[in-house]
Order: sequence, then C-alpha cells, then structure tokens
Amino acid sequence: MSGAGATAEPPVREAPPSAEAGKWRQYAIAAGFLAPAAFFLGVWIVYPTIKTIIRSFYSRDGSDFVGIDNYRALFSSDTLLRAIENNAIWVIVVPALVTALGLIYAVLTERVRWAVAFKTVVFMPMAISAFAAGVTWRIMYQQEPDRGAINAGIAAVKDVFSPTGVLSEAAPSSEALVQQPSGALVLAKPLEPGGVALLGLTRISVDEVPETAKQAVEPKSAPGEITGVVWRDFKPGGGTPGKVESEEVGLPRVTVELLDSSGDKVQSVTSADDGSFAFTDVPDGSYTVGIGASTFVKPFGGVSWLGAKLITPSIIISYIWIWAGFAMVVLAAGLAAISRETLEAARTDGATEWQVFWRVTVPQLWPVITVVFITLLINVLKVFDIVLAVAPQSVQDDANVIALAMWRTSFGGVSDFGLGSAIAVFLFLLVIPILAIQIRRFKREEAEAR
Amino acid sequence: MTTATAEAPTPPVIKESTATKVLRWLGKAPINILLVVVGLLWLVPTIGLFLTSLFAPEDVNNLGWWKIFTKPSLATFQNYQDIYHNESIRSAIVTTIVISVGGTVLPILVASLAGYAFAWLEFPGRDWIFLLVIALLVVPLQMALIPIFSLYSKVGIFDTKLSLILFHTAFGLPFAIFLLRNFFIGIPKELLEAARIDGASELRIFVRLILPLGLPAIASLAIFQFLWTWNDLIVALSLARDTQPITVAIFSQLRQFGANLELIAPAAFVSLAIPLAVFFAFQRYFVQGLLAGSVK
Repeated sequence: MSGAGATAEPPVREAPPSAEAGKWRQYAIAAGFLAPAAFFLGVWIVYPTIKTIIRSFYSRDGSDFVGIDNYRALFSSDTLLRAIENNAIWVIVVPALVTALGLIYAVLTERVRWAVAFKTVVFMPMAISAFAAGVTWRIMYQQEPDRGAINAGIAAVKDVFSPTGVLSEAAPSSEALVQQPSGALVLAKPLEPGGVALLGLTRISVDEVPETAKQAVEPKSAPGEITGVVWRDFKPGGGTPGKVESEEVGLPRVTVELLDSSGDKVQSVTSADDGSFAFTDVPDGSYTVGIGASTFVKPFGGVSWLGAKLITPSIIISYIWIWAGFAMVVLAAGLAAISRETLEAARTDGATEWQVFWRVTVPQLWPVITVVFITLLINVLKVFDIVLAVAPQSVQDDANVIALAMWRTSFGGVSDFGLGSAIAVFLFLLVIPILAIQIRRFKREEAEAR
Repeated sequence: MTTATAEAPTPPVIKESTATKVLRWLGKAPINILLVVVGLLWLVPTIGLFLTSLFAPEDVNNLGWWKIFTKPSLATFQNYQDIYHNESIRSAIVTTIVISVGGTVLPILVASLAGYAFAWLEFPGRDWIFLLVIALLVVPLQMALIPIFSLYSKVGIFDTKLSLILFHTAFGLPFAIFLLRNFFIGIPKELLEAARIDGASELRIFVRLILPLGLPAIASLAIFQFLWTWNDLIVALSLARDTQPITVAIFSQLRQFGANLELIAPAAFVSLAIPLAVFFAFQRYFVQGLLAGSVK
C-alpha cells in the first residue's frame, strides 16, 4: 500500500515545480499524518472538555441554566466536602511518603547484590490494576483475625504479650465474687488459713469448658491451707447460685491467686480437673482469693481497617504498596546517572555517608525527585479505582475522594450530570497548575537540547 | 625483576580484600535483612490473593489463606474450573482482551503517524501544537465522561467494545505522541535525508525507516497502553452497561464481598495474572518506557 505511493512520487520530487508549491505540499503531507490524532484528540478530549465546562452551569438534566449553583452545592454538601478533605489528606501525605520510601529503597538497593530481585518484587504491583490491588488488600484487611492477614498478624503479636484468657466471657455467679477494675475476680470476704473459697462462674459456654472437666466437689477445710473450687455454677433447669451442686462441673487449669492483706500476690495455683485447688502452708493472717485478670482477657477482635475511621489510611497503605516501586525504579535510574566522582570526592574529603547523601546525592537527584513527586501528585488527585475496591459500600462516604464523588454523582445512581460536571471541572482546575509546571519543564528541556 | 616486584605485593592485597569482604558483608547484613523483610511484605498480598483463590467455596469465606501452609490439602483448583465455566466471567475476559488489544494497536498507529510529523515534518506552529498535545496529557478523563456518554448514546455506539476502544485510544494519545516524537527525533538525520534524496515518499520513510527504528519505543508504549486498558475500571464502568471487562465484572460482585470470595479471588487473580505475565516478559521495555516518560 505504501509502495504505490512511493513509486508515484519520485518524479515530482526530482523536479519540484516551485518552492512555494513544494511547501504547501509538505504542509498537506504533515496534515495527513496529523489528521487521525487530531480527530481523536478533538472529539474525545477537546470537545468534551469544553462541553463539560458549559454543562457544569446547567441543572441535573441540562434543561435549565443554573449559574454557579452546582459549584455552590459542591462546597456545601457534606459528602462532597468530605471528598475534598480526604483528597487533601491524600495530596499532603502520599506523594511525599511514596517519594521518600522510593528514595530509601533506591539507595539501599545500591548496596546489595540482589537489587534486581528486590526491585522486581517491589515494582510488580505497578503492573496490576489499582482495582485488583484493592481487592487483594480488601482480603488482607478483613476484620476477623482468622480471616484477615493483617489482624491475624497483630493477634499473633498480641498473644505473645497478653494471651487470650481461658475463660474470656465468664462472669461471677453470685455477689460473693467482685470484679476489679483490672478485670480480676476476687472474693469479697477475706479468708484465713482453714478457710474455703467458692469461686462460682457463669456465662461460660459449653465449648469453653475443657473436655477433661469433672463434677465439682465442695472443698473441705484443712488446717494451714486455704482450699477452694472454681466451677461452672450453672445447672440446667436452675440451681442455687454460689452452691456446688450435682451436674455442675469444675473448671480445670484456671490460675487462682492468693493475695495478702496489702494486696500482694503470695501464691498462685492452677485448678485440677474437678476445679479444686489448695494453697498450702499459709501463715496466719487475712487473705483474699481471686482469679487473675489474665484468665478473662478477651480475644483480639481485630482492628476495623475497613471501618469509617481507618478506611482512608487503609486505602493509602494499599496505594503506597502499588506506587513505591515506581518511585524506586525512577529514582534508582537517577542515582545511577549521578557522577561517581563527586561522591568519591566528598568521601575523600572526609564526609560521612549521611553528609554525602544529603549534601551531594540529594541535590544532584533533585530534578528526578521532583518528577516522581509531580507524577504522584497528578495520580493522587485522580485516585479512584482503589478507593472503590477497598472501601465497602457502607463506608464509601467516609472514604470519598473527588474522582469517586464525580463518578458517584454522575453514574453511580444519582445521575446528576450538572453537579457531576462541576466536580470534574473542579478536579481539572486542581491539575492545571501542575500542567503549567509540566509545560515549563518541557520548554526548558527543549531549550537545553538545542 | 619487574614481574617479581609486581607479584610480591599481590598476595596480601587478596588476603586483605577477603577480610574486608567479610567485614563488608557483615556490615551489610542489616541492610540485607531489612530488604528481605520489605520484599516479603511486598509479596504477601499477591500470595494471599492466590492462596485465597485456592480454597474450596465452603472454606474460602471462613478461613485465612495462611491455613493452606499448615494444611495444603485445603488447596484446590475447583474455583478456577468454576469461573472457566462461568459464562459472565468468560465473556468478561474476552471483552477485556478485545478492548486491550484494540486499545493498544489503534493509539500506537495514530500516535506514531503524529509523532513522526512532529519530529521530522515542517509545518507552521509545529512546536506550539505539540505543546498543546502535551497540555492534553493532564486533562482528567473525568472531564470527558459525561459528554462522551451522551455522544455515544446519540450516535448509537453506547455499550459496545468499539466505543471503549475509541475512548482509550484518545486518552492514550497525548502520552504516546509525546513519547514517540521524543524517540523519533533521536533517529539520525542523515538516514532520513538519504532516504529523501533517494526520492522515498514520507509515507514510505515512515513505514520502512521510522517504524522499524522506533520499535523499542513502540514496544514500551504498547506495554503501557495494554496495561492501562486492561486495568481500566472507570471508563468501562461509566460508558458501558453489559459490555463488561473483567474489572467491572468483579466490581459488580463486590457488594457481597465476604460471601463470594470463591468467585472474586480467582477472578481478581486472573485479571492480575496477565498484566504480571506481560510485565515479567517485557520488564526491560516497561522500565525503559517509564523512564522515558518521566526522567527524560
């Protein structure tokens, strides 16, 4: 197809009719090369941009001119203000954080041999869609610690420091046992050696009773000892609270503490299968018996990452996961281009690595840092997919950002094209300053190139 | 003599260097450990998604994916078989492929024509027009959604694959033209002048000279554009109803999140596996394109 044109042309070229005609011919050829692009850019970008600006001054269905009402609505609706506020958080936090993280990674990878492997792993999320990444993180963020990996990790760490109690739900069966602010349960009445402690508990589900548990036995008094029983003081069909009865089982492996009159722990024992326990060789005095708070520690219920309060930070974390690789790769390329001589010169002059980094590396890298920062800034202003993927429907108002608000207003059920256009224009106005920077940079680079 | 003196000092140097090597390795241990930890953190979500997708439907909504490590027998490819037989997911994947391929080939074709004109053809106002194209780079696509929605309905191509391809083409153009023009301008002038003196037409120069020489840039661009269209959500969500690419198909399932992970997890993994494959296969071009777009 190109061959036909090519064979037809040479004679014309060899004998140009006149300089003027040749010029116009050239323009015509250029126009031919540019026409398809002009068509696409004109119809899909330039025309809609003008149309949207006009549309933003018209009502929901476009029939009435409403002036700046849509813009007023934009700054008075709570949902939209929330979107603007959230987007401001995004803009302040994310570009700086991601650039810094990328710079740290880029500098650190320069010092290891497996830099390529590390870069590949961190850069990988850039290839996948923000939406799929969001779904991935939503699985990570599930609240139940046995489903959501992040809460599972927190639960594992928490279990090391304060393990879940054996009887997390238990409550005293009678007023003889008193709950202390720490969560411990103690007998209200002090005991002396020879005394008997009855620690009756209720609200223990059958699952929580260990299989080895046996019928509870009323403890016998013994001289020089304080004996007692921890049992499930609940009998189907009723029973007397505070009394050990048939069919009521002892609670094994409960840690019972003996406290002296000043409240210090003197002894602690673990209950047997029938719930019985005994403190031996107790000197004379007045003591209280109780079950330590650790027995009643509630299981970790999970941080509500996808709840209204944490949703924006949660989405930001997943966004950083995607973009840190971008910042790292671009900055690493910038680092590689820095002249080694200046670094070596600084080192031989006795500068520390820290000084070399801040005084030599960063200033030389500054143009690249700016580029990464601006790229992130533009992307963060338009953030959309990942919010829609991570935030459940119920908290989308809390997670709202400008681009999401625009979509929800126009297409996500509300169908208000007037307000939707106004939000789009607002977003456009926010990126225009960045556009100015971009163009200035391009012009400068062109000038340098010449 | 000279060889002897040259050899003499070498052994201690080697010894010292092994010693310093060990020292240096020890000194680097914290960095290595830190980077290993960070690398693992970065891998966890993707691995988690994959393992989640391997749970049988009765387990997937109840168990955390790490349970597979202690009980590998829980893993099954049942979900993948199920979504393979799921008509809507299958058609979504086909739709995604058609849109991505069309939305890659068309803009590259259009942009390389324009890029060549901006790089090597003389016409008045060339630099200004090019600047305008770069300016379009930052127009958020949200500015176009509403008018294009109305336009598509009027013309009668609403909810078609073609309409999505055309939209992606237009919004891919500013970056594509920018990238290709900058690459084409680096082609040696002598080559072009020689071809022109030989009497080749501009079209012939474009096809026979510029396109082959510009292949590295075109490859980078193709990867970017492919990933961009493959990963799109907002355009398809706004400008189509039943023409659902995979992202939209997953999105429509998200409402019941937590009850239908046997569908969401494998579908999300499929939607991410192809970009990942493209990324690993063409990593070099990907990074080159990225650097050309931002650093240069």
